[in-house]
Order: sequence, then C-alpha cells, then structure tokens
Amino acid sequence: MSSKRKSIIQITTFLIAGFFILYGMVRGEVSVVLNKAVNICFECIGLG
Amino acid sequence: MSYIRAGRNKLYMKHSIKRKIVQLAAFGYSNPYLKNFMGGKLYQGKWKQFCNPGLNCYSCPAASLACPIGALQAVSGSVNFKFSFYVVGILLAVGVLLGRAVCGWLCPFGLFQELLHKFPSPKLKLKKAFIYVKYVVLVVFVIVLPIAVTDYMGMGKPAFCQYICPAGTLEGGIPLLLSHKALRQTIGSLFTLKMTILIVTIIGCVLIYRFFCRVFCPLGAIYGLLNEISIYRLEIDAHKCVSCGKCKRICKMEVDPVKTPASAECIRCGACADTCPEGAICLQFRLKSTIMTDRTEMTNER
Repeated sequence: MSSKRKSIIQITTFLIAGFFILYGMVRGEVSVVLNKAVNICFECIGLG
Repeated sequence: MSYIRAGRNKLYMKHSIKRKIVQLAAFGYSNPYLKNFMGGKLYQGKWKQFCNPGLNCYSCPAASLACPIGALQAVSGSVNFKFSFYVVGILLAVGVLLGRAVCGWLCPFGLFQELLHKFPSPKLKLKKAFIYVKYVVLVVFVIVLPIAVTDYMGMGKPAFCQYICPAGTLEGGIPLLLSHKALRQTIGSLFTLKMTILIVTIIGCVLIYRFFCRVFCPLGAIYGLLNEISIYRLEIDAHKCVSCGKCKRICKMEVDPVKTPASAECIRCGACADTCPEGAICLQFRLKSTIMTDRTEMTNER
C-alpha cells in the first residue's frame, strides 16, 4: 500500500471513528455501556 | 544485559524496558480500585462510560473502565440498539492510532499472559492455522450471537463474555465469588465451563507465548485488522537491513518484521528493533512513511 493511500485511509478512518463516537453518544449508547459496567455482569463472571 | 543502548548522538532505553513500564502503568490505571476486592463491590463512577483500550473485565472490582468487547455486546444485545457506533468508533480510533500496540503495551490481560509465560516449562510454537480462530470468535461470539439470539424481550446475551472470556472469570468471577457467599450458591455448569477455559488458557500461556491473545482474543483480531494502517508502526530501513534474520528469530509472535512489518500478529513490542544490529527497524508514530521500506524500491533506485 502506498504511503499516500495509507495516509488517506488513516485520516478517513479517524473521521469515521469520530463521527461514530459522537453519533453513539447522541443516541444514548453511553448510558447502556455505563449501566452494564457499573453492575455485576453475571454472564461475564460465569453465573448468567 | 544492557538496558540502555547508545544511539548515534543519544542514549535511549530499550523497548522491552519501556514496554514493561507502560504495561504496569496501564495495569494500574485499568485497575486502581484494589480496595473494592475486600467488599466485592464494583467501582460505579463516571469513568466506566469510557472503554479501556485493552481487555479488562468491567466486573472486576478494581476496574476503572468498561471492557470494549463487553460494551460492544451489551449495546448490540440491548433492546434499543443493534449496533454500537460508540464502541466501534472508539475501537476504530484506538486501532488506527496504535493497532496491536494496544495488545503489546496497554492490555492488562496481555501482561498477565506474558507473566505466565515466564513460568519455567517447555515452550512450544503455535501452529499458524490457530491464529485465525480469533476472527471466528469475533464474528460468531461478539457480533452475531448477541444480535441473533435474543430472549422474549429482544435482549441478546454477551456470548463471548458468557461462554469464553477467561479474563472475566479471573478478574470478576473468582474475586466476586470469594467475597459473596450468596453468589457461591449459584455456581453451576457454566462456571465449570468458564473455569475449564481459564485453566486451559493459563496452561496454554505457560507453554505458548500469549496463547489467548493469538488464538482467541477478539480484541486482538480487531486491532490486527487495523495494523496495516495504524499510525504507530514498525518501519524497516531497507538501506540498513543486512538480512541477518535476527529480528525474525527474536520475535515471540512468530512474525518476520522485514517481510511483513504490518502483520496482523505484530504487537509492536519492539524486540526486533532492540535486537537489530544495524538499527534498521524503528517503532514510531508516523502518518507518512519517510523510510524506504521496500527492497524492490531500493533496487530500482540503484
């Protein structure tokens, strides 16, 4: 892969990542993550 | 053994030493609430809305951040969402910046696996076909099952966490069961399965360098796919390389850094750069390559 092409892909992916994070935050995914992470996940520990 | 090597005009620390310092720091910021082990409680602050770049169970009492694989399954298995833009965005951003350097430098479970491998025992090499298992685990257990298998409310379960993840058993399951008598009474066949996987993982890691990381870790699979375009990367100076093969022999991930510097298996540990007698390999953050990495390019120039 040429260096220029790689740079374009890197920058584009960064922009997409930024958009995804913001969109995810706006539609309320953060609260789902927080709610899951602050309570004991019984599946994760092998009891679910 | 010299820990500090002299460059042309400067002294610099070997990557192996820098990496151990960063790994310990990453383990520290991932699990700072050690007091919680006593009461079997989880940290419930705002930091848990952010994802740890490495694999670290959020049900570990000491954990400060959310596990990205657990969070991904939690959102895609929820009633309202079937895809997590938030977690995928974080993984993409971290992956493009660091690639699998996250595995080599920041993952707490990666550090645990490396420590296990120091245990004296016969050491084995991994058959190459096994490295593809993690992509199957990623697709089946992390992406498909949490969306496809749902209960009557439409909620999916985190299949990877439930049936595979040994980090959850080690960091969350065992400490919480030790501190909660009520939880111990609910132990069943699932916990037996997970304990078996944990034991197999531990034995595997003693015998094979980063066994879980290379064979089963879906996070390693995601970052591995982004290794080709990651900004932090290995660069080989073809002018300096004398093809001695030392870098290939020292690589515990069984990568040939000269042939495939962007290999999906390379965790950017820097062992190859440390061992190169000509200083032809460097690890660096670079948007645009300034080093001639292609041998054919060099031949053409001559």
